[in-house]
Amino acid sequence: MRREGSAFNGLGVVMLKELADHLTSIRFIILEFIVMLIAVGTVWVASQDIKQNVAEDPFLFLRFFSGSGQQQLFSFITWLTLLVPLMAIGLGFDSVNGEHNRHTLSRILSQPIYRDALLFGKFLGALLTLAIALVVLWLLVIGLGLLFIGIPPGGEEIARAFVFLLVTIGYAGVWLALALLFSALFRSAATAALVTLGLWLFLSFVWPILSNVVALVIVPPDPRYTALGLQTPGTLVLQQFLARLSPSTLFGEIVVALLDPTTRALGPIYLSQLQGAVLGAPLPLGASVLIAWPQIVGLLATTILLFVIGYVVFQRQEVRA
Amino acid sequence: MNMDTVIEAQGLTKSYGRKVAVDHISFTVGRGEIFGLLGPNGAGKTTTILMLLGLTDISDGKVNVLGFDPAREPLAVKRRVGYLPDTVGFYDHLTAADNLRYTARLIGFRFLEREKRIAEALDRAGLGEFADHRVGTFSRGMRQRLGLAEILMKGAQIAILDEPTSGLDPHATAELLGVIRRFKSEGVSVLLSSHLLERVQSVCDRVALFSAGRIALIGSVSELGREVLGAGYVVDIEADGAGLPDRLALIPGVSRVEQTGIGKLRLHAERDVRPEAAAEVVAMHGRLKYLGVQEPSLEAIYIHYFEATPDESLKEGARHAA
Ligand SMILES: Nc1ncnc2c1ncn2[C@@H]1O[C@H](COP(=O)(O)OP(=O)(O)OP(=O)(O)O)[C@@H](O)[C@H]1O
Ligand SMILES: [Mg+2]
Repeated sequence: MRREGSAFNGLGVVMLKELADHLTSIRFIILEFIVMLIAVGTVWVASQDIKQNVAEDPFLFLRFFSGSGQQQLFSFITWLTLLVPLMAIGLGFDSVNGEHNRHTLSRILSQPIYRDALLFGKFLGALLTLAIALVVLWLLVIGLGLLFIGIPPGGEEIARAFVFLLVTIGYAGVWLALALLFSALFRSAATAALVTLGLWLFLSFVWPILSNVVALVIVPPDPRYTALGLQTPGTLVLQQFLARLSPSTLFGEIVVALLDPTTRALGPIYLSQLQGAVLGAPLPLGASVLIAWPQIVGLLATTILLFVIGYVVFQRQEVRA
Repeated sequence: MNMDTVIEAQGLTKSYGRKVAVDHISFTVGRGEIFGLLGPNGAGKTTTILMLLGLTDISDGKVNVLGFDPAREPLAVKRRVGYLPDTVGFYDHLTAADNLRYTARLIGFRFLEREKRIAEALDRAGLGEFADHRVGTFSRGMRQRLGLAEILMKGAQIAILDEPTSGLDPHATAELLGVIRRFKSEGVSVLLSSHLLERVQSVCDRVALFSAGRIALIGSVSELGREVLGAGYVVDIEADGAGLPDRLALIPGVSRVEQTGIGKLRLHAERDVRPEAAAEVVAMHGRLKYLGVQEPSLEAIYIHYFEATPDESLKEGARHAA
C-alpha cells in the first residue's frame, strides 16, 4: 500500500525534542560527569608513563587513548569500551515503552506524523546526544594531553584519533539500537533495561571466553600443532569467527588497528602478509582503516539490522496501553 | 459522500485474532454534530475511534473521514482531526505551553502562528495562567483541559474525545460539556465516547449504543426512547379549565391522561402532541401556565435495552467469538 506524505514528517522535531530532553536529564549529566572524571584520570596516568620513557614514538599522542604498556587497566579505551554501551543503553532503554507508560504515545501519533519519524527521531536524538558527549570527551583528552606533555599532536595522529571518534559513535549506535529494540519489545522499562544490560554483559565479557570453548569443542586441537606449541589454525579461525559475532570484539579490533599503526592484520597473521614488511613499521591511516574495514561495516550493519527489527516490532504494536 | 457528512463508516470491522472487537458497524456523523458512542466496557468504542484515526489497522469495511481514507491517507486525516485519548498523558517535566509547542511543531505551525494559537487555546481551555507550570503538577481535570487545548490549538474540524468526562468532578464535567457545546457552535463535529449517560444525554445530538462490538441502536435520544421504552411521548401541561382532561383525551394519538396535581395533567401519546394540546387549552379559553415534553432518559433506555436483551447480546458475543 502506497502511503501519502513523507515518512520523515516531524523527524527533525522529534529529534530535537529528544536531544533537549537527554541533554537536560539527570541521568545523562551523571553519566557524562563520570566519563569526564575517568578521562582526566586515565590521561594523567598515561602522561606519567609517557614522560618516563620519552621514546621517539611518532604516535605518542595516541597513547593517551590506547594507554601504554603496563597500564592497560587504567587506559582510556578500556573504560570507554565499558562506558559507551552503558551510556547508550541508559539513553535508549525507555524510549518507546516510556511513551506508552506516560500515555503520550497515542496523543503524539494522532498528530500528522508516521511512526517511522517517531522511532527514527528518537534514535537520531539519542545518537546525537552521545556524539556530542563523545566529541567533548575527545577534545578533553587531546586538551589534557597537550597540557600534560606539552607536545602538539601530529596530523596523522589527529586523523587517527578522529576516525577512532567516529567509530566510537558507531559503536554507541549499536547499543542504542539494541536498547531501542528492547524498549519496543518490553512494556516495562525496568525489564527492558535489565535485558539489554544482561545481553551487553554476555556479549562483552562472557562470549569472548565462551567462543573459545565452543571452538575447541567443534574443532578439537590438532596434536601436530600442539606438539609445536602452536594453536590449530582451524580452531583459531572458528574461534575468531564466533568472537566477532559480538560488537565488543569488532570494536576492540578496530581500535587496535586505528590506535596502533603497526598493526598489520587482525587475527592470525599469515606468512604471506608479512613478506616484504618491515616489522614494527607503521602503516598509513588508509591502510589501517582498510584492515579494519570488515569490522567497521560489521558494526554498521548490526546497527541497521537491530534498528530495522525494532522498527518492525514498533510498527506492529497497538498504540493503546 | 454528502457535503455535510464528515465521518462515514460502512461495515467497519476489527478483529484481534479470532476475537472480533468491532463487528461490521456503520454510522455517519454530520458537520457540526455531536455524536456519542455509548456502551459497556469492552464494547469496542475505543477500537472504533482508533480505526477512524488510522491508529490501528482496519480488518474489514470502509471509513471515510473528511473525504480521506484513514488507512491510506492517515496524515491528511490526522492533520484535520483532534484526538483526546481516554487516558491522556503529557510530558511531566515540560510546561503546559512547551507540551503544546511540541505538538504544534509536529503539526508544522510556524513560530508566530504557533505562539498565537497556543496562547489562545490555553486561554480558552482556562489554563492561561498555568501556561508556564510544569504538567507534573497538574490535576486530572487540568490535564484533560490541556488535551482539549491541544485540539483547539490544532484548529481541528472534528474532535474525537474518548471518555472525556471520566474522573472529573461535576464542576469540571460541566465545564467540559461547555467546551464541547462551543465546538459545535463553531461548526466542529464532535465524536465522544462515554459511560456517564445522563451527562452525555444533554449534549449529544445523536448516539450509537454499542453492544459486544455492534451498534445495537442509533439515533437521537428521543427516538431511542420511543424505540426501546416504547413509552412514546410524555407531555406535561399546567392549565386551568373544567373538562380539559376529557378534551385532551380526544386528541388523536393520546392514549392516556393523568392528573398529577391541581391543574396539572400528564399526557401519554405516541407523538409530540404539544401543538394540539395548546390549541385545546386556548379553545377552552383556559390559561396555559406550562407545556413541556419529557425527554426519555438515556440511562433508562440503556438499562432497559441491555437488561431486556442480555441473552441476545450474549448469544451474539458467542457467535462472533466462534
Ligand atoms: N490488542 C488487543 N488484543 C486483543 N483484544 C483486544 C485488544 N485491544 C482490545 N481488545 C478487545 O477489544 C474489545 C473492545 O475494546 P475497546 O477498548 O474498544 O472497548 P471500549 O468500548 O473502549 O471499552 P471501555 O469502555 O472499557 O474503554 C475488548 O473486548 C478488548 O478486550
Ligand atoms: Mg475505551
